Amino acid sequence: MNGLANNWISDGMQGLGKFALLTREVFASVLSGRTRWKDLIYQLYFIGVKSQSVVLITGAFTGMVMCAQTYFQFHKVRMDTATMAVVSVSMCSELGPVLTALMVAGRVGASLAAELGTMRVTEQIDALRTLATHPVDYLVVPRFLSVTMALPLLTAVSISVGIGAGWLVAVYFLQIDPTYVWHNMIRYTSTGHVLMGLIKALIYGGQIGLISCYKGLHCGEGAEGVGRATTEAVVYSSITILMSNFFLTLFLNQVLQP
Amino acid sequence: MIEVRHLQKSFGPHRVLDGVGLSIGQGESVVIIGRSGCGKSVLLKHIIGLTQPDAGEIFIEGQNIVGMDERQLLHVRQKFGMLFQSAALFDSMTVAENVGFALRRERKWTDAEIARKVTEALELVELRGIEEKKPSELSGGMRKRVGLARAVIYHPEIVLYDEPTTGLDPVVSDSIDQLIIRVCERLKVTSVVVTHDMRSARRVGRRIFMMHGGRIHATGTPEEIFASTDPVVKQFVEGVADPKEISFST
Repeated sequence: MNGLANNWISDGMQGLGKFALLTREVFASVLSGRTRWKDLIYQLYFIGVKSQSVVLITGAFTGMVMCAQTYFQFHKVRMDTATMAVVSVSMCSELGPVLTALMVAGRVGASLAAELGTMRVTEQIDALRTLATHPVDYLVVPRFLSVTMALPLLTAVSISVGIGAGWLVAVYFLQIDPTYVWHNMIRYTSTGHVLMGLIKALIYGGQIGLISCYKGLHCGEGAEGVGRATTEAVVYSSITILMSNFFLTLFLNQVLQP
Repeated sequence: MIEVRHLQKSFGPHRVLDGVGLSIGQGESVVIIGRSGCGKSVLLKHIIGLTQPDAGEIFIEGQNIVGMDERQLLHVRQKFGMLFQSAALFDSMTVAENVGFALRRERKWTDAEIARKVTEALELVELRGIEEKKPSELSGGMRKRVGLARAVIYHPEIVLYDEPTTGLDPVVSDSIDQLIIRVCERLKVTSVVVTHDMRSARRVGRRIFMMHGGRIHATGTPEEIFASTDPVVKQFVEGVADPKEISFST
């Protein structure tokens, strides 16, 4: 039992060490400007543009559900016109960035880990190295930068669509006065809330990129190894997003004071 | 040109290389033979720096590559070309993109120059008009040839071949052997071929190293190896299974 625990701790520490080395290598490569724009734009298209439909649907329905639930509770205390203020603040600072990041972790994180994992088990990454190309420069950095750049933009889309869809539900379905809805929403939503959401998205993007690429590059042998790496990329990315969200909320509330 | 001294490597409790030492001169064509799992491919990956040893030294043109970091190794690897057992073509790219990959990364060639060099490299391996095909559309033999074209397009000084004829029929294997000889003669490169195909070893090698028990067990010209009376070498060359290793459970 002790042996098992020791192995588990030892593997965990080794994994953290390798992850730290990869992170250092990625930042060194970014700062040295070895990334090619063509690779970056291709990844940005795949990761950003192709994720839009998923993010639009997630944002719209989250805003609509949030609006309906808030209204059902607020209606009991005759605070109907404050509904959209709650929806707007929640979408900007919490639901927008977190749900967008979770959806992107599922779609993009899995895809990155599977792609790099398959390249590893079929010796394509070794082939890259024999062709005097560093896998971090060629494979990891464009993907890391693309997720990090795309996620704030996708989050902005998700927030806008969520608030828009919530507003439609509030005004046309729940029959709340549109003037008060708009007035209260603007009054209680500050630039700080929007900034908080976008900063969180930037950090989550980096987390998804690094974790997924790490899992792909260090996946086990064969189809089973690729499958496990893909699952772990999504699970670890999602858990990291949810855990870091709590600490980021505390920290950013202190800094931005929205 | 290549010198390996006292190389040791273990994977878990299993010691794969146990003090391997060999020396290969410039322009030489050598073959490393041995039974499956004896560490031939692992040795090849050490020579190009894809794997780091537990102990020992590897000198490439007098430079010890053991302990170098990945960025330093990238410079050393510019001297090498490598053909993988599975060809390891980039499956998201076309044949032309695969073959011209190293030149595009160098950023000093125009598109027209790269296209011309790709065509030349493909002609060297007797493939024409397949530039726009994807690796999935090629046969095993064609993939190996494309892999070879990719490995030699930038005129490396050393070409490593990891089991180049494994999984191919005898006719295609023979054509791959011919290509290895042609590349060696025409480009004046040092060739290191890892194989357990004795017919191929006899054709392409000027010197043969036989690995056994994690070490170089025998060295010699193909004629010397094939005429050897050493029981381990003889058994491998003749392809006879050891009766002690065969057990049938009922």
